Amino acid sequence: MRLRRLGWAVAVAVPAAFLGLFFLYPVASIVGRGLTGEGLDRLLGLPGSSSFRSVAWFTLWQAAVSTALTVLLALPGAHLLARFRFRGRAALRALTTVPFVLPTVVVGGAFAALFDRFGLDEGTFRMRHTVWAILAAHVFFNVAVVLRTVGAYWEGLDPRIEEQARVLGAGPWRAFRSATLPRLWPAIAAASSIVFLFCTTSFGVILILGGPRRATLETEVWRHAVWRGDLASATALAVVQAAAVVAMVVVANRLQRRRSVAEHPPGRRAVRPSRRLLAANLGLLAGVLLLPVLVLVERSLAVGDGYSLRHYGALADRADLLPVSALVAVRNSLLFAVVATGLAVVVGGLASLVVVHGRTWASRLFDLGLMLPLGVSAVTLGFGMLVALDEPPLDLRSSRWLVPVAHALVGIPFVMRTLVPTLRRIDDRLREAAAVLGASPGRVLREVDLPIAGRAVAVGAAFSFAVSLGEFGATSFLPRQADRLTAPLALFRLLGTPGDLLRGQAMALAVVLMLLTAACVLVIESRGRSGSGVVRGDL
Amino acid sequence: MTGTGAGSGLRLEGVSVAFDGTTVLDGVDLTVAPGEVVVLLGPSGCGKTTLLRTVAGLQAPNAGRVSWDGLDLVTVPTHERDIGLMFQEHVLFPHLDVAGNVAFGLRMAGVPESQRLERVDRVLELVGLSGSGDRAVGTLSGGEAQRVALARSLAPGPRLLLLDEPLGALDRALRDHLVAELGVLLRRLGQSAVHVTHDHDEAFALADRIAVMAGGRIARIGTPAEVWADPRTEGVARSVGHRNLVDLDADGHCALGRLGDGPGTVLVRGDRVGLDAEGVPAVVRSVAFRSGRGEACFELDGLELWVPVGQAPDPGATVGVVLEEDAVVPLAAD
Repeated sequence: MRLRRLGWAVAVAVPAAFLGLFFLYPVASIVGRGLTGEGLDRLLGLPGSSSFRSVAWFTLWQAAVSTALTVLLALPGAHLLARFRFRGRAALRALTTVPFVLPTVVVGGAFAALFDRFGLDEGTFRMRHTVWAILAAHVFFNVAVVLRTVGAYWEGLDPRIEEQARVLGAGPWRAFRSATLPRLWPAIAAASSIVFLFCTTSFGVILILGGPRRATLETEVWRHAVWRGDLASATALAVVQAAAVVAMVVVANRLQRRRSVAEHPPGRRAVRPSRRLLAANLGLLAGVLLLPVLVLVERSLAVGDGYSLRHYGALADRADLLPVSALVAVRNSLLFAVVATGLAVVVGGLASLVVVHGRTWASRLFDLGLMLPLGVSAVTLGFGMLVALDEPPLDLRSSRWLVPVAHALVGIPFVMRTLVPTLRRIDDRLREAAAVLGASPGRVLREVDLPIAGRAVAVGAAFSFAVSLGEFGATSFLPRQADRLTAPLALFRLLGTPGDLLRGQAMALAVVLMLLTAACVLVIESRGRSGSGVVRGDL
Repeated sequence: MTGTGAGSGLRLEGVSVAFDGTTVLDGVDLTVAPGEVVVLLGPSGCGKTTLLRTVAGLQAPNAGRVSWDGLDLVTVPTHERDIGLMFQEHVLFPHLDVAGNVAFGLRMAGVPESQRLERVDRVLELVGLSGSGDRAVGTLSGGEAQRVALARSLAPGPRLLLLDEPLGALDRALRDHLVAELGVLLRRLGQSAVHVTHDHDEAFALADRIAVMAGGRIARIGTPAEVWADPRTEGVARSVGHRNLVDLDADGHCALGRLGDGPGTVLVRGDRVGLDAEGVPAVVRSVAFRSGRGEACFELDGLELWVPVGQAPDPGATVGVVLEEDAVVPLAAD
């Protein structure tokens, strides 16, 4: 009994301390600085500043347009996934996970490659450094989010209601508009709110594709803090940003909660889509999701008029503008990802236990608290750590732990998102069944809880590994030691520098990062599918 | 037939369980002899499942004694009781395949692997699933999953098997089929078992003895024939499937004549009602068929009488009914 109580104390204390020290304290520092002294002066001056107003306006409208375009392009695919069974459906679903974990810098690189390949860098149809480039990348990133959430919700809607509309004389389009769309709204609204949030807090995409003249609140915080060293202005902007994000998270949560319907579609024989529908859909998704990636691979291999692996070979050599070779940066990233994933699994795992088995107040607090780093933008996270953790009492400026800790904070929500539902779904009767068959309580934990939760842990760990590999926003704020450069930062610098050779190297590095994250997706998909479908003791 | 010492099997004495002050089991006495199949029959909420959980050690009794061969079980934890339990929903381990599920209890008991494999094969064969050992449990149909759950419960050879409405979630035809199989299997293995159900047909098909439960107590216990012929109370009569509960007036009269000495309720056994032109005239209201056998509803003077019939009369016709020997059974109120 005493041991049990000690175990609980650890399970509560470790995540609380981690979150408090590395997230709440830094965020509080920003808010504190932003609301006092020089920071407050700048904050009060913001509404009168025309440059701030144009930045805020651009942040909002690009996010709104990105969201609308994303939903529009994702709906046909969501329909396909929800209502039809066809060969390659599983592969398609897996493919839609890829952009979700693909590093922003890689996506930036892919679109840069796309513009390069089709001559859109200059001229009448110039895409480079335009808002179009930003919108395209945002659609690429978020189509999968809408596809998955709306698709899953749509699958749970009873198709007989549309069929009833058809029988009553509505054409297919009319039936969709009058019978399906109204029921789909909750899911669309919830997905849109999340996409909107992602687009307003988008950082790497704006920095890489928007060019020097396009700025959002996020990139402005970075420009002031990192380039100009004007921490007062940066904190003022960060406070505005954080307040806006909190407001959006609240709205998004509201919209999420409203989305429960109790429809019970009948189990049915699989319907195959017509060839035309399938081709049109897959063509659209391939255009949006696959084309930039393929062109990236092509560009990474293009040398002069032919193809070779020369750019890949060059990754081992140090380019002049990088302190270490790109290959060393990749190694650094892998090391950081291992440590960050370990931290995320331990902290997230303990927190999940508290959420599932703890008292109500602890459960609620942990559920909300450890999801915060996901809601609050990476820039707030990184900037907060920069401001708070580089002076006594906590000077971690030169610590090699700073980067993995920041990455772990982003990874924890992923571990919890997969682990908590799984732990909740482990039926008490499974434990009873094991006990009746002769398993002692300890044996039950080992034979039932751990193996079932193990799959979820693997999925969460893979997510958090991929997120760490690609993390750019928070990392770009942290004080950097030359020899600990991460691969995304190296890629960012290579992309920002003109010259064919460096451009080729950047593409090669982007492909390497992409393959590494794609490997994580493979783990997620294979584990996730076998795990999620069967963890239901009651069926 | 039941003693208190070695070889006497399960014995419950005055077992009571209450949740938050609500009494669920109220002083239950019950014995199960080795090799005997006792069926607990009763409506949902009567405490059947709680009784099983108490025997399995998943629920501690507030009062009373649970013993096996005279040795107290109450302080023995679930996993050391050597008692199997099959849940209503089969609750298979999702992370193990069929063989892994069946072998679970054997592993817990420390049975060496070679013997384990052999035993798993044999039990899977018993339940008609030979060669399914490497299937994932997610691919099983409802009936197959139940067979695996049964195999899992049987594999360690528990001294007592508890079955909590194991067939409740299945459709009628499959259930009838599995009930018959289960009965044969339990007898062949000489397996002591307590089987819980709310279906009287299932109870009669399986039981050596039927215990009818109501309100946390055992209202009647006996062989199927005894319980059927003399249910004693109205509730038990309904539980075992009797439909003709007839109210008598102050003189003991009803439309069938004088069936008692005073007011009260009597049971008129449908299987002891005959058709005879000389009998009391009755109008055929309807005829229902189940499994090809007819059951007619006769109306006489406001009284409805359900009677199994071979040759079904036409609805609307008038027939004569007569009461055969033992047709009328006095009942006490609940």
